[in-house]
Amino acid sequence: MKSGGLAGVIENAGVLVDRSRGYWQDFQNWVQLDSSRLSPGRQLAVKYFIVAVILFCAQILFGLLAALQFIFPGFLYEFLDFSVNRMVHINAMVIWMLYGFLGSIYWLLEDESGTEIVGLKYGIWAFWILTGAVALVVLVYLFVQIGAGEDSSLWLINEGREYIEAPRWADFGIVAVVLTFFYNVVATFSKGKWSGIAGVLTLDLVALAGLYVAGMFYMTNITHEQYWWWWVIHLWVEATWEVLVGVIMAWSLMKLLGVRRKIVETWLYIEVALMFGSGILGLGHHYFWIGTPEYWLTIGGFFSALEPIPLVAMVVHAVYDSGAHSFKTGNHPALAWIIAQAFGNFFGAGVWGFMHTLPQINLYTHGTQWSASHGHLAFFGAYATINIAFFYLAIQHWRGDVWMAGGIKHAWRWKWALGLLNVGVLGMTIALLIAGYEQSFVERAVEGSTWGGYFAAQSQPAFQSAMTWRLFFGLITASGLVLLVWDLLTIGKGEERKAEMPQQA
Amino acid sequence: MNETPLWASESFWKKTAIWVTAGSFLILVVLTFDSLKQTTAGTQRVPAYDVINKKIDYQFDKELNKFMPVIGGEELLFGKEFTEEEARELVDLGKKTTQAKNCMNCHTLLGNGAYYAPDLTKAWLDQGWISPEMREDMMIKFLMDPGKNARTYGTGRKMPDLGITETEAKGIVAFLKWMSSIDTNGFPYNFKTLYAED
Repeated sequence: MKSGGLAGVIENAGVLVDRSRGYWQDFQNWVQLDSSRLSPGRQLAVKYFIVAVILFCAQILFGLLAALQFIFPGFLYEFLDFSVNRMVHINAMVIWMLYGFLGSIYWLLEDESGTEIVGLKYGIWAFWILTGAVALVVLVYLFVQIGAGEDSSLWLINEGREYIEAPRWADFGIVAVVLTFFYNVVATFSKGKWSGIAGVLTLDLVALAGLYVAGMFYMTNITHEQYWWWWVIHLWVEATWEVLVGVIMAWSLMKLLGVRRKIVETWLYIEVALMFGSGILGLGHHYFWIGTPEYWLTIGGFFSALEPIPLVAMVVHAVYDSGAHSFKTGNHPALAWIIAQAFGNFFGAGVWGFMHTLPQINLYTHGTQWSASHGHLAFFGAYATINIAFFYLAIQHWRGDVWMAGGIKHAWRWKWALGLLNVGVLGMTIALLIAGYEQSFVERAVEGSTWGGYFAAQSQPAFQSAMTWRLFFGLITASGLVLLVWDLLTIGKGEERKAEMPQQA
Repeated sequence: MNETPLWASESFWKKTAIWVTAGSFLILVVLTFDSLKQTTAGTQRVPAYDVINKKIDYQFDKELNKFMPVIGGEELLFGKEFTEEEARELVDLGKKTTQAKNCMNCHTLLGNGAYYAPDLTKAWLDQGWISPEMREDMMIKFLMDPGKNARTYGTGRKMPDLGITETEAKGIVAFLKWMSSIDTNGFPYNFKTLYAED
């Protein structure tokens, strides 16, 4: 070291800090966002959105690495193995979507309750604690990766359970943060005013936080362990998250289109009835093959086959309201993403889920790329889209409620981002579906799921070319994401015209 | 015509939502109690951990029209007869190791997990281990040094070295043997074990 010793290190670090502060200043000057336009509650909301977008980028990056490993198995072997990349890929997804939801709720909370957020200070603490914990968990995932077969590994490194790999210490952090959030929501509505949306949201958050606890136990008996594990995964993704989206969607439609409150709230109740009526017992479609009793074949098959119905209702609701208001909105990108959500949710979660939910079919498709195909379109269609729509709502307000439509300057950016992301994910979905079909036939039906059968299926040209197409469309998705981030940072910059936001009829 | 009919009214759907949700959840809770009872280790569906002392096979049951685990006579693991408590401890070590090593983000267990590596539900019975006599030794060697003992079937997809100790490897083998005895309602279909004659 030239400058020598500790003093040199400190000096270098100081230079580095100064330089990055300079870059940050340059960045802020370039973005030109004025946070004083936001209420304190909304300033907290955009913090969540910023981390959500960063994690979204991480999700895509690690997804690409994992996709590359399907084609070049030696790529990053024993450095960043597939298991690590895939874990970061799906965890980043779950967490960025949660961040998006938390941000969206904080965003609408003051508006919906008509008062300031009660425990804003705690909300800000919770944000920093959660973000610090997420960063630490990811660093441990990347640099420690695995541990010995002891309890301490599950507590400190990785629980090794798909989607909820976060080590146990982080589980407590997550629950604490969600409880803080829950307090803020309830206290704020109590101080201000309650509404149908507020009631549904509150009950849904109770379920959301409560269910997470079901996944916080270690069990030797894998049947029991997977039983509870699905309580968390399924009842989050196929029930409580969907209702949360219903809440966010209801509020957004009022703001974007000026739909009457009575209409969106009636729809919200219909959606809750259909969603929980099919989704809670639809949990049974995960209990076909894990050792649980045979009656789950009937119950799971029947109720999960009903799961698309609320999604049809949501499409009707969104499209009907858009048409009834002649698509008149002050925020075109947000409405476009809302429409993408309605269809994406219906096709990804509804149709793609239904295709392999009956046990007679699932016997062959279970544990194949079918699930990956379904997972990609469903998570994107149901949850990524609504979050992106909300990002556009937020950025519009942050810019000072400026005009955001198809005709604005650089409108190609949001249109191409919309197109590339949707085409990219749809392309990956089709590629994975082809791979899934092939795997079901060769590995499951013909070869009987032996290791030899597994590799025979993985070696088929149809499978391998599907993996190449998946990577190709993954790159399309990534380019769409780059464009989306660029657009979110710049859209409406320098725009003077104010948006004409619809008034409630 | 200005009056909202019952089926379109907000209050009707609010009540429906509450009743449907509460009813569904209640049914789920009742079924959960029953399912957990029927799948406690030591039941018909999920055998006790000392099943690792026995021969386990997986055959098509014509009467039930599905594949079922078949528990046979004695077939000791590592040449030792385990008590139920010893067996539980060994399976527990194996299960914990599969979690600590993040197996589920490449493999599937009971069909759940990632799709980069083979399903482990019936891995104990796989024909890839050639014969019952060679199996234990091959599995231990593979787990401890997967690079050298790679089983890639020409795909080049090798398991990484996960630093699995011999004790942990034995635990994993015990866990896989026990898991292969679970009645999984016929999944996977058409699986031919290394005991099958053809």
